[in-house]
Amino acid sequence: MEYTITAQNLSLSFGEKQILKDITLDLPAGEIFGLLGPSGAGKTTLIKLLTGQLRQDSGSSRLLGTDTRKLSAREHRQIGIMMDTLGLYERLSTYDNLSFYADIYHVPRRKITDILKDIGLYESRNTAVSKLSKGMKNRLSMARALINDAKILFLDEPTSGLDPVTAKEIHAILRKQQEQGTAIFLTTHNMFEAESLCDHVALLNEGRIIEYGKPSEVCRKYNHQNQFQITLKNGETVSLRNSRDSVSQIRDYLEKEQIETIHSTEPTLETVFVELTGRGLN
Amino acid sequence: MRNIAAIFKKQIKDTLKNKTVLIQFIMFPILTLIMNNAIQIDGMPENFFVNLFAAMYIGMAPLTSIAAIISEEKETNTLRVLMMSNVKPYEYLTGIGSYIFFACMLGASVICVAGNYTLHSSLAFMVVMAIGIFISLLLGAAIGTLSQTQMMATSLTVPVMIILSFLPMLSMFNTTIAKIARFTYSEQISLMIHHINSLQPEPGDICIIVLNIVLFAALFITAYKKCGYE
Repeated sequence: MEYTITAQNLSLSFGEKQILKDITLDLPAGEIFGLLGPSGAGKTTLIKLLTGQLRQDSGSSRLLGTDTRKLSAREHRQIGIMMDTLGLYERLSTYDNLSFYADIYHVPRRKITDILKDIGLYESRNTAVSKLSKGMKNRLSMARALINDAKILFLDEPTSGLDPVTAKEIHAILRKQQEQGTAIFLTTHNMFEAESLCDHVALLNEGRIIEYGKPSEVCRKYNHQNQFQITLKNGETVSLRNSRDSVSQIRDYLEKEQIETIHSTEPTLETVFVELTGRGLN
Repeated sequence: MRNIAAIFKKQIKDTLKNKTVLIQFIMFPILTLIMNNAIQIDGMPENFFVNLFAAMYIGMAPLTSIAAIISEEKETNTLRVLMMSNVKPYEYLTGIGSYIFFACMLGASVICVAGNYTLHSSLAFMVVMAIGIFISLLLGAAIGTLSQTQMMATSLTVPVMIILSFLPMLSMFNTTIAKIARFTYSEQISLMIHHINSLQPEPGDICIIVLNIVLFAALFITAYKKCGYE
């Protein structure tokens, strides 16, 4: 398998404070990896470390096969970064913001038009960034990250503060990138985003990865209750264990057509996080 | 080189929409043109307004504009994104610095026209202005690099700018101030412009200018090492 990022036992401290501890992860090409954790968990720091902006105290990390401490212009040209702080030129137009980065990445001008159309900002190409909505600014920031046809995208909270419709549009763009073979490393504290979008997730707490795996596997692993929750048509809610003992009871409800809804009760990533750390993701 | 050109081009577009910076470039050249032609008082030294505003221009325009641009880019995180896009700090500084230098030299050429100098004096004037603009850029870059926000940059720039711009004018009226002011580059530049038609700088004066360059370069390096661009 071709890995775009590999990290082994990465640790980093700022003074006395340990920010990252023994981080180990791999990101294959064409996969979306979600790093989940509350604010201050070390998510942005890990992105900085993997993109060569910071150097680890110990451990090793490689990006496209190169040590992240020795990244050259060649590797930088193959990564796209969207940070939580958008970093857009507010007085310049949407088009001018992209054309500036097109010049830096040596990308032809027609690519700007293509991206603006893909991302739904073509109609606003001559609008100053200061006049765009937050969602549009987020999309523009993502367009900037996409402009150089990166092999790896680093996205720090790409849908933070966005309405559900815009967030969905962003997800669609990310899936399209994934289909084209781009590896995506995203940080989020939105469990739904992670569950629906990511191939693998890691839960980060106080600088340490406390769980790692496919979202569904992580949830199943902590499915201690192993129950069904049944809401009956009379409004009553019944919890039954997922075992042979419950069969007759469920059959009885079905025969009497009493069931309104029936759900398994495996935990969400949020409840797994709460179980592991005693606190929520937000 | 392409990154420098891209930054230069971006800065032209940005300045045209940024009245605060734009006014710095055009205010003194226009004032010089107007006042040099409109106000004639008996006994007033030749090219009084050219000499006065040229020194003020050097003390204000490059210093405030580079500090404002760098600090704004730091505050809005555009500089951080640039650094992550593999733009080197020296490329950024060269792009911004060369743009401001170019814009200020355009302004200086307008002041030069107002001075109605001979060709030889015009060349000397532009060289002296270029030296002054370069030193101001060093100082302004140090202030911009030290500042995390535009407000912080303004609070540092304004007193420095007032001292550098007004010392040459105050020196005309007070000999004690003149004695102190001669150690600043803006006063030295002002004195050279006063004698631009027969310019023969003393070695001591050149030493003061070189010392100013060394001092502000050291200040910039210290600021960069302390705060950086990431």
